[in-house]
Amino acid sequence: MVGPQGTPRILDDRWRPAELALWLLPIAAYVVFPLRLPLLSEIMVIALFALSLDLLLGYAGIVSLGHAAFFGTGAYAAGLLAQAGWGEPVSGLLAGGAVAGVLGFATSFLVLRGSDLTRLMVTLGIAMMLFEAANKLAWLTGGADGLYGVTMWPLLGLFDFDIYGRTAFWYALAVLFLLFLAARRLVHAPFGLALRGIRQNRLRMAAIGAPAGRHLVVVYTIGAVYAGIAGALLAQTTQFVSLDVLGFQRSAEVLLVLVLGGVGRLYGALLGAAAFVVMHDILAGLTAQYWPFWLGLSFIALVLFARGGVLGLGEAVWARLRGLR
Amino acid sequence: MLTVLVDGVAYGMLLFVLAVGLSVTLGLMNFVNLAHGAFAMVGGYVTVLLLNRAGVPFLLCLPAAFLASALLGAVLERTLYVHLYDRGHLDQVLFSIGLVFVAMAVADYFMGAQQQIIQLPAWLRERLTFGGVQISVYRLLVILLCAALAAGLQLTLTRSRFGARLRAAVDDPVVARGLGIRVGRIFSVTFAVGSGLAGLGGALGIDMLGLDPGFAVRFMIYFLVVVAVGGTESITGPFLASLLLGIADVAGKYWFPETGAFIIYAVMVAVLLVRPQGLFGRAGR
Repeated sequence: MVGPQGTPRILDDRWRPAELALWLLPIAAYVVFPLRLPLLSEIMVIALFALSLDLLLGYAGIVSLGHAAFFGTGAYAAGLLAQAGWGEPVSGLLAGGAVAGVLGFATSFLVLRGSDLTRLMVTLGIAMMLFEAANKLAWLTGGADGLYGVTMWPLLGLFDFDIYGRTAFWYALAVLFLLFLAARRLVHAPFGLALRGIRQNRLRMAAIGAPAGRHLVVVYTIGAVYAGIAGALLAQTTQFVSLDVLGFQRSAEVLLVLVLGGVGRLYGALLGAAAFVVMHDILAGLTAQYWPFWLGLSFIALVLFARGGVLGLGEAVWARLRGLR
Repeated sequence: MLTVLVDGVAYGMLLFVLAVGLSVTLGLMNFVNLAHGAFAMVGGYVTVLLLNRAGVPFLLCLPAAFLASALLGAVLERTLYVHLYDRGHLDQVLFSIGLVFVAMAVADYFMGAQQQIIQLPAWLRERLTFGGVQISVYRLLVILLCAALAAGLQLTLTRSRFGARLRAAVDDPVVARGLGIRVGRIFSVTFAVGSGLAGLGGALGIDMLGLDPGFAVRFMIYFLVVVAVGGTESITGPFLASLLLGIADVAGKYWFPETGAFIIYAVMVAVLLVRPQGLFGRAGR
């Protein structure tokens, strides 16, 4: 088995110390930045969203320009459910994931036929279609004003969503961790290996008897569910849904997050999210209007100078250090 | 009814001029350039500046828009794009999205976020009547100019020496290079002309399509549809696809205004269900 950069990889899913240490970071951040908890929760939401894209792009090789379609669907599903009077968080989260999953399953057949070009077009088209729909159905979604009146019940009937975002923080962290475990299990299972095979050579995988089409439908649906849950998590923790959850910028940003961290590594999504949200917080804080400029510039710089993202750079440095010894 | 058809044809022609450059870079050279709309935006803004601030006649603004976009295209191709020809589609997508966002922010910074309005000269705003159908001179000009461009491009690609070289360079760059064809230069020229045409389309289209910093993103899907539906066999495919798209879009917005842009997506989905490789295309590359 050869990884994307030609490094040998085996199906080793033992936990390494560095991984455990990484999961202690958010807890450390909780202690150090008690006033920035909403920002930390946002990092987890974006990390989960990027994780869902990593399943599609990093493992199955599906380039999507409209992944926000599922994020936004999940957000609106959970938001509308809470607005309608059912504010139970966990079931709302599952509902958001389920609705997005149904959409993902239904559209997977459209997306997965044809070449890269048609995939770009169809994913972009579906996302823009949903954006239009949410914009026009203002009586339901609030249109451009956003969806207000999302009131959540206490988490598990015990913890109220407080104004400092403490409950929201632990809730987001728990959801991210559980779903990360599942994704980690998934990509280390034979299914994950089959996906990588399909990305590298779909014809050959089909020739050795792997049901390539079915695998892709399954992973596309799973990716949609993950994105839907991420969207639902955003709606519940911020208690608001704005139209931009479906926007093109959202789809582009999640691509950047993933590429910033490193594609096809799962942890890339987490690191990328942290880097991205902090960067956004600083730069958009300077001049919110010109955020797209910095966004675009980071895309260009990443592609030209730092393919593989933060983790890719790290690996390259590590390999060189080992070469010196 | 006929008015809608004429409007649709004019709109479709405009889409063709805007997208034809992309159908060459994406379709023939297999380079995913999502920033194509940004070049159209450049042409549009050049026209706005020349017309509104410097008082240059509209007809002179058009070649200026073409040249400005072509020049920018050539410079960017030589400095940035050329490094990405051999990369995967993902890198190309990311890079060109980056360009789009930068273009958006730059347009916003210098020109403001509002819709740009231009005052067309009086003779263009006149209306002519042919057998009960009213058509403005402006739309007539758009149709005639775009049709002439389409014919010219088709002839250049199929009949001229440059067209033959381009087709050779695309089909097999290694052999073409061996035969003494300067592949890099041909790609540069093609890219520049494609960008220039997008700029021309952007300039021509200000009155019909609008112009604001969101232009490049809003029309990205249209360009992709034209290329994907039209295929890459010839100029005719994208041309027919543009016309179909233009008429469907105008008709949809005219008869079902509440559905907005839905018709266009419905057309796209329908076409892909029936023919995933595009209406006029050969099997996917």
